[in-house]
Amino acid sequence: MYGKRVKLRFFFISTLILTFILIIYLLLEAFEKEVVYFLSPTDIKNMSEIDSKKIRVGGMVKNGSISTETDKINFIITDFKNEIIVTYSGAVPNLFMEEKGVVAEGYLKDKNFFIAKKILAKHDENYMPPEVKEAIEDY
Amino acid sequence: MLLSNLGYYSLVLGLILSIFLIFYSINEIKYKLFNLKISLLSILFLQFFTVLLSFFCLIFLFVYSDFSNQIVYNNSHSSDPLFYKITGTWGNHEGSLLLWLLVLTLFIFLFNLTSKGQPKRYKLLTIIFQQIIISGFFLFLLITSNPFNYLSPIPIEGLGLNPILQDPALAIHPPILYLGYVGSSIIFSSSLAALIEKNINRDWTVHIKKWILYSWIFLTAGIMLGSIWAYYELGWGGFWFWDPVENVSLMPWFCLTALFHTIIVLEKRLILKSWALVLAIATFTLSMNGTFLVRSGILNSVHTFANDPERGIFILIFLFILIFLSIIIFFVFQEDENSINKNIFWLSKETSILVNNWFMMYFLAVVLIGTIYPIFLEVINDHKISIGPPFFHKLIIPFLIPFLIFMAFGPKLKWINDDLKKNKIKNIFILLICLLISFLIIYIKGKSYLILTILFTASFYLFFVTLIDFLNKKYNLGQKIAHFAFSIFVLSILFNSIYSTEFSANMKIGDEIKFNNGIIKFEKIETFKEKNFNSLVGSFSITDKNNNIFSLEPEIRIYDQPKIVTSEADIKTTFFSDKFLVINLIKDDDYFNVRYQIKAFMIWIWISVSLLIVGGILSLRKK
Repeated sequence: MYGKRVKLRFFFISTLILTFILIIYLLLEAFEKEVVYFLSPTDIKNMSEIDSKKIRVGGMVKNGSISTETDKINFIITDFKNEIIVTYSGAVPNLFMEEKGVVAEGYLKDKNFFIAKKILAKHDENYMPPEVKEAIEDY
Repeated sequence: MLLSNLGYYSLVLGLILSIFLIFYSINEIKYKLFNLKISLLSILFLQFFTVLLSFFCLIFLFVYSDFSNQIVYNNSHSSDPLFYKITGTWGNHEGSLLLWLLVLTLFIFLFNLTSKGQPKRYKLLTIIFQQIIISGFFLFLLITSNPFNYLSPIPIEGLGLNPILQDPALAIHPPILYLGYVGSSIIFSSSLAALIEKNINRDWTVHIKKWILYSWIFLTAGIMLGSIWAYYELGWGGFWFWDPVENVSLMPWFCLTALFHTIIVLEKRLILKSWALVLAIATFTLSMNGTFLVRSGILNSVHTFANDPERGIFILIFLFILIFLSIIIFFVFQEDENSINKNIFWLSKETSILVNNWFMMYFLAVVLIGTIYPIFLEVINDHKISIGPPFFHKLIIPFLIPFLIFMAFGPKLKWINDDLKKNKIKNIFILLICLLISFLIIYIKGKSYLILTILFTASFYLFFVTLIDFLNKKYNLGQKIAHFAFSIFVLSILFNSIYSTEFSANMKIGDEIKFNNGIIKFEKIETFKEKNFNSLVGSFSITDKNNNIFSLEPEIRIYDQPKIVTSEADIKTTFFSDKFLVINLIKDDDYFNVRYQIKAFMIWIWISVSLLIVGGILSLRKK
């Protein structure tokens, strides 16, 4: 009924549309599941309920709070308003030290206790997570 | 002082030459004065020379540690080794932009040198577009990031180069990467010129293909060097983190790879002209976009030397001007493709290359969205999110399967029309063998992921098909090696991800810890004094599951200026695995943070990418 070229074009356009729908669906689904939110200790205090999703907590390592054992490191992240206890086993970056900025990725046990799976490296000695910067400026 | 002045005015002269060249070329085209009273080549050389002079001035300022210069003060220290004084020249924002400019002017000079046979008007138009880009960079450098700012009073000592940049791989990573980025600017200018001139024909394709390949080779090498550096210097033992700064270099790479596949179709069949142009424009835009994201301070990383919103705005405006200019030119001068060659059949080389392009664009879209979505979200509703490896893996890995299969049989198809009947049995046989091998690998490892098995099958399929092809016929060697290299690349990443193990603990000197398949013992720690850092070298002896004992000596460096601690991993490389040990200080107590990793087939990742580059180089040779 239709010519070969029309059929070809129809097929091409429909594949195009289908591909786009597929891509958008996949993207939305991945966003839903794989996006990690960045929170400060104050944000965590203000949360109404605790879910089991992976999050990042950023702030400063409180002075004198690091304590080391063979299989884990405990420390406190503070934004100078609120703080949260973090426990972590694994490798730490070079710039992980007291009174320096830190970002920990992991899961909340409760509002005061965070189990970190990863401590993120920032390459700059003067780096501070933006929240902390704001918090200090307000302070 | 003298050198700073010389460098600065040399740049001003370069800018003047650039503006002169734009007006001169426009004039030439307008009044059709093709007698060319003055040699364009010599002006282009003079311009290159002014930037080179300025660059050398900066290098000498660094070598002599002249702290009256602001960026020398910020990025050098008199105790830094000579090599790192020199590389410090481009280890900062201003210096690296000067390097960009140097490569830009060098390339347009080389372009004119090598395109003698091309039409004059086309060459002049290319020069105009390229000089618009060059003058933009001159202005950017002189207005917002002058490398020759004075400091008064003159400081006695500089702040020193960031220690993690004090590394050989990182010293050559920026120049190589820039050769790739800047090469894309030539492709951009020349495509626009060819479009205006309606000059997109076989000659032009052959001529521009060389530039595409050069850029691709350097871009690939530059990305690989950065990746190698991250592997051993950052101490995480990974080679790709899906960090935004890595992603911005990957995006032009996808585009460029798609472009040079398309250009083959254009060369052979003179179709897909507009598409090739879109890719040429997109490649350069993405390179610029990378510069914008990295330099503006939106992304926080080792590449963000100084956060200055003014710079970001400048690049953003410049970027928009270039994009609008190219889009307008694209729509005004776009020509209809001649319909004689329009027949495309289902199964032909053209369609398989189009399929390659589709995948490249999909990967590009994923990386682009994953990189900029967090930035947009933060601007829109102040939510801070991060998108990590799982996002990219989830969206990219499933699509690698059809991609690999297409990569295996695409190159074997004929132009225009082909059918699949030949070699049907052989192909199915190979596929079955691959399935069997993959199943065994996954089964022995005790994992049961369906998608992983299929992915292994697809990569083994590509591996065997390209290997057989490679042994059979000798023509088109570059393409065969490149596709073969890609199969090794995917396979080594797969093996790496399923066979790697790691163990970490906090240990004191003398501690001995058993872990899943071995024993690790912390023997001792020794301190050494080097020129600009103190070094702590730990000695570990590791007994693996086969009772082989070996020692690894990771190091911690405490730099004097600036006061930064870095870890130098000790890596024992064999063909089957890397043994990777890194230690770190936690606080001033007796504990050291120890991380031991066995990274399977790590060296093959680097070998395969190098082979990919070799493939690119061999393709250059081919007519």
